[in-house]
Amino acid sequence: MSLLEIRNLSLSLGPTRILRDLSLDIAPGEILALTGESGSGKSMTALATMGLLPPGARTSGRIRLNGTDLLSLSEARMCDQRGNTLGMVFQEPMTALNPVQTIGQQVAETLHLTRRSDPSMTPARVQALLHETLARVGLPPDRVPPTRYPHELSGGQRQRVVIAMAIIRRPALLIADEPTTALDVTTQAQILDLLRRLVQDNAMGLMMITHDLAVVGQMADRIAVLRAGEIVEQGPTHDVFAQRRHPYTRALFDASRHRADLHPVALQSPLLQVRNVSRDYPVKRSGLFQRRRSFPALSDISFDLRRGERLGLVGESGSGKSTLTRAILGLDPVSSGTITLAGTAVRTNTPSTRRHMQAVFQDPYSSFNPRHRVSRLISEPFHLLDNAPTGAARDAAVAEVLSAVNLSPSDADKYIHAFSGGQRQRIAIARALIIRPDLILFDEAVSALDVRVRAQILDLIADLSRRYNLSYLFISHDLSVVRGITDRVMVMQAGKIVEQGPTEQVLGAPRHPYTQSLIAAAPRLPDPATGGFDAARPAV
Amino acid sequence: MLRYFLSRLTSLAISLLVASVVIFLVVEVAPGDPASYMLGLNAQPDTLAALRTELGLDVPKPERYVDWVTGMLSGDFGMSYTYRTPVAQMVADRLWVSLPLALLALSLAVLIAFPAGLFAASRRGRPGDIGVMAATQLGIALPNFWFAMLLVMVFAISLRWFGAGGFPGWAEPVAALRALTLPAVALALPQAAILTRVLRSALLDTLDEDYIRTARAKGLSRRQALWRHALRNALIPVLTIIGLQFSFLLAGAIIIEQVFFLPGLGRLIFQSISQRDLIVVESVVMLLVFAVILVNFLVDLAYGAVDPRLRSRA
Repeated sequence: MSLLEIRNLSLSLGPTRILRDLSLDIAPGEILALTGESGSGKSMTALATMGLLPPGARTSGRIRLNGTDLLSLSEARMCDQRGNTLGMVFQEPMTALNPVQTIGQQVAETLHLTRRSDPSMTPARVQALLHETLARVGLPPDRVPPTRYPHELSGGQRQRVVIAMAIIRRPALLIADEPTTALDVTTQAQILDLLRRLVQDNAMGLMMITHDLAVVGQMADRIAVLRAGEIVEQGPTHDVFAQRRHPYTRALFDASRHRADLHPVALQSPLLQVRNVSRDYPVKRSGLFQRRRSFPALSDISFDLRRGERLGLVGESGSGKSTLTRAILGLDPVSSGTITLAGTAVRTNTPSTRRHMQAVFQDPYSSFNPRHRVSRLISEPFHLLDNAPTGAARDAAVAEVLSAVNLSPSDADKYIHAFSGGQRQRIAIARALIIRPDLILFDEAVSALDVRVRAQILDLIADLSRRYNLSYLFISHDLSVVRGITDRVMVMQAGKIVEQGPTEQVLGAPRHPYTQSLIAAAPRLPDPATGGFDAARPAV
Repeated sequence: MLRYFLSRLTSLAISLLVASVVIFLVVEVAPGDPASYMLGLNAQPDTLAALRTELGLDVPKPERYVDWVTGMLSGDFGMSYTYRTPVAQMVADRLWVSLPLALLALSLAVLIAFPAGLFAASRRGRPGDIGVMAATQLGIALPNFWFAMLLVMVFAISLRWFGAGGFPGWAEPVAALRALTLPAVALALPQAAILTRVLRSALLDTLDEDYIRTARAKGLSRRQALWRHALRNALIPVLTIIGLQFSFLLAGAIIIEQVFFLPGLGRLIFQSISQRDLIVVESVVMLLVFAVILVNFLVDLAYGAVDPRLRSRA
């Protein structure tokens, strides 16, 4: 008998239909992955099951958990179900915890709430359960005291706290909404492992929502593929991956494996030269009379990027990628060492080098001023030039770059809210291209995009690199993306470059233990022919 | 927490030192002669000279500053030129009216604002919320002296529950409290309206946070999530406003003091400015600055108590 049974669930928010006729089952001890692109209704399915839909949502159909129809329960009865038989883990561990309460208070809160109705919940038993649960999620109280506040923990530790909160009352069903999307690969591997273990130990059902097919392949017993509120295909993971009956599943799968077609280039003279660059940040004094210490965010970084080269930079959060990016762009000073671009030293506040460099950032939603038209957004870098085109020449330049990124010149008069995430990232690339810089920095430029859109943007970058002979530095935490779009790659750990070389060689046969651990931790896509994992294939 | 306390205490001491220097410079060193300003255009030269000596204007400036500060530290604020009484005594008498009045008004404002703000926030967009918001709009728009006159007409003249004005002194505590009740209500209503709106919008911002959704997902009702998770996180902006309101109420109650014939600090400042009694003005200004800095210090401590991140950042 299934634990969760969703039948013909339809959901609309105002005039918008979010879910249509959705049916799925989860058995005890089973992991069902709900996958699809953003806006396909994955999270809404989870919120509908939790009874936490936004106001104004209308539902029809049935959601039964252990035979109880959740949709017909009163709000008070639903509160009893949440936390008790239903638990949920969210995507963003940095904001999912209350900053002013200790983690122990937050994890044990639901137990304290049941104390009135359940006399067996004595304070001593609450403490014992709290310690046991924290230890189970890998936060043993002797090493991570429950009196800590969330800001004193790392992202991975916070996600463990969120999981502890969700499982402390041993729910029958756990819903995890993109639980590892905000985490580094090695942390992701640990959290996925923890979730799998909890499912086994508690015979708990797990609804795992993720856009990442590699994670799906590694975790799920069964998959449901969601598109625009409808399940287009569902079945055992192996079968779905092997057969890929629906065109949409095929498209998602292909996009996940997509490698852009990079044309071979003849490398020329060095363009960007980074020599012995270090950057220290002062650390707060631990006591009034202690010596002020500093934290080395970058230590002794040296590398060259030659004209026409497509160089990758990978590493986990905190490895110094952003500090290096900011230093190259001249946004932050370095403590020692030199950075030169085409022979000119890069310093802060010098537009002379900045006109030769542009950047494309991660978030297509917050990196544009919403009150400017696209033409103004794109032509903004012109202020770096001494004789910037004006009038018709400027409009022609805008139209040309818009066409170059496969948008229409008529888009110049629109505002940014009229565009999707992928289109916005095209606009960001157009903005970087318009002054024909020598070097473009792509800082996690495709990380926020859905797989199919990501594949298109990667193709666009490859295409532009051929047409404009671009040199770029592509910074990403995602090894599989870097593999498809760069000739050479550098791996960064704790402010140092620990390994560099041709991309295929570094990612195919890594020598440094850190690179090896990154590659081992990255989830792998199943082999398309068999739907299973091919051990001979490289991991990314 | 001790380190946070010490760091706030240091900043309190520095602020006081800077403030005393600025006030001294502005009043004493600015161009123009305080004595001739105080005596007006038709002053006799010998009167002027006498006042200069009395004010200590013939002593070098750094020495005057040290005298002034050490005097204040030992409770000697000088003599009022107009009333020929020690300023310390005058200020102390007035403070015994203004301080209880401000505290009473602020407590009333908080007592009204917290239930109203929580009520409105828990009913976002529904009739209860709209009603509270309309009432606060009115509370902010109507001047407090109008409330004061209304209160006098209803509770003093018609119902005769309270006196219409005057202050009997703290020798009779009950009568003194009764005399301060209507003025405190008149002062509190606009402040309560402002505080309600601040609390409501801070709560609504907090209710949109991810951790409220987490709290709901682990089985808390809307009400429990509001009380247990949103309220404390919403307190920072509310504490800021409470601090500002207290400073304002201490000296800004002049119109209300006038309506109710209360001998408070506001009236003292007004009188000493119109009589050009610079010694009193200088002392009262320093006292008010001290009060504002002290309140800010207390508000800072309250921030630290509410938010652990601020404690560890100190």
